[in-house]
Amino acid sequence: METLACIKRVADTGAEIVLTEDKQSVDGSAVGYTMGPHEECAVEEAVQVVEEEGGTATVLSLGPEETEEQIYEGIGRGADEGVLLEADGEDWGPESTATAIADAVEGDLEDFDLLFFGNESGDNANFQVGIRVAHQLDLPVVTGAKDFDLDGETAVVKRDVPGGSEVFEVETPAVVTVKEGLNTPRYPSMRSRMQAKKQEIETIEPTAIEDRLQMQELETPESEESEAEVLGEGPEAVDDAVEVLQDLEVI
Amino acid sequence: MVLTLVEHGDGDLAETSLEMLTLARDLADQVGEDLTAAMFGGADLAPELGEYGVETAYVCEGDLAETYAPEARADAIGALIDDLGPSAVVGGGTDTVHEVLAHLSAKRDLGMAANTVEIDAEGESWELTRHRWGGSLLEHAEMSGETKVFTTPDHELPIEPVGDGEAAVETVSPSVEEGSFEVQIDRVEESDLEGVPLPEARIVVGGGRGVGSEEDFDQLETLADLFDGATVGATRIAVDEGWRPHNDQIGQTGQKIAPELYIAAGISGAVQHWVGAKGAENVLAINTDPEAAIMYKGDYAIVGDLHEVVPELIDAIEAAKE
Repeated sequence: METLACIKRVADTGAEIVLTEDKQSVDGSAVGYTMGPHEECAVEEAVQVVEEEGGTATVLSLGPEETEEQIYEGIGRGADEGVLLEADGEDWGPESTATAIADAVEGDLEDFDLLFFGNESGDNANFQVGIRVAHQLDLPVVTGAKDFDLDGETAVVKRDVPGGSEVFEVETPAVVTVKEGLNTPRYPSMRSRMQAKKQEIETIEPTAIEDRLQMQELETPESEESEAEVLGEGPEAVDDAVEVLQDLEVI
Repeated sequence: MVLTLVEHGDGDLAETSLEMLTLARDLADQVGEDLTAAMFGGADLAPELGEYGVETAYVCEGDLAETYAPEARADAIGALIDDLGPSAVVGGGTDTVHEVLAHLSAKRDLGMAANTVEIDAEGESWELTRHRWGGSLLEHAEMSGETKVFTTPDHELPIEPVGDGEAAVETVSPSVEEGSFEVQIDRVEESDLEGVPLPEARIVVGGGRGVGSEEDFDQLETLADLFDGATVGATRIAVDEGWRPHNDQIGQTGQKIAPELYIAAGISGAVQHWVGAKGAENVLAINTDPEAAIMYKGDYAIVGDLHEVVPELIDAIEAAKE
């Protein structure tokens, strides 16, 4: 089976989000960059399918040149091939991102049996790129996968609902968008990281269409932060804590 | 006209949909158009939508309502767009609404803004504000196109009834493309998980890196057992370490909680976690670091090692209950 995992380079946020001076993007220079948590699971699933069924697992990302870091990480996590749709550093919206990916897949890349995406990106969370790609490629799509199995050519996908899970069965080739918790992504060893860097990444110039949704400016919301009332230090504070719990009527 | 997608379950209109109607009604007022709703089943609930300003509810029955086939539902809304010509389609951002409206936007070549909290609908291009990073960042954007698609985030907008009128209800049978039922729910499997689900818990006891091991979560379980309707949650780090299952994860890529009280033990308060925990009414943090982010986000704090504080807290609560 030929599998594809689409990933996105996002800033690795810690305790707060810092914007660049022009308010056009998140400044990740201090904290570094990573791929979204859902996408780590997309890569892992693409790799596991190939380990069981044979074939090639490809990692693809749209982003600036530095996105190679995340593609190398995907290869370090077991993917065979890497593809970069090399874009400027501007903010790509969901329509242009989906069109660029679908055009690349329809173009020179191989015919994939399974295309994995994160359910939504870690930063912009537009909830639509995987679905738009599926429509352009005329493939069925199941979203929010928390469990994935292959039964011959049929993908059996489960997603969480309160009290249980909904099961979808869909014939491959298909698009599947996944959520963290689908699997436990392997951590790339130092050796596999080193080896990944030797791999050639295929670079493609993406097609660029105009998004109807156009970001103008980012803003960090005014925090409602106030300092917590410190009840005390160590075990001596528990009597005050119990009083608070009684005031809140939870005990 | 502003067309909304309203969901329902367990005999009630979905809260996320009622929150969405607050924004959609404001939008309809701005553009001077009627507010309408599309529903899949739930005809008996549809008249209630009048209380939230909806004039007419179009209820789809049959296969469209009885099974969940996202693309078929998108087709049905597409057919309503053809009939009614709305300037906007708005839904309350559950997983299923995001899915159906993304199918609609893809098939009909429309722009879609997820998790929108504000719309200024002046002129052809509308200005909007939407959430990024689970609400830790705001995006100011513009949206163009004849029909614009929006969703609103969960638990963000107030539910505001505006009257006691009833919405007119029309049962409709929109045409659906052949093949749009190809992807649908095949079956539902019940979970064997016990206890209170995190999103419904009245009290949540959460543990992070500071807990230190799987075994050390036992004391948080003991603490949770002292309250009614309480359950234990964890941060992404605690789940990554293998101390708790992913199902317990609170945060941007886990579950969102809205308890009366959240006891955050050994949790620093990173953005990824706080996005899932900020719905808590009160937060009691237990942390060794007085400068941790949680100390600025929470309401009450105990500065100290949870391994010393939690056992004492358990004893003190037990004593207080006697």
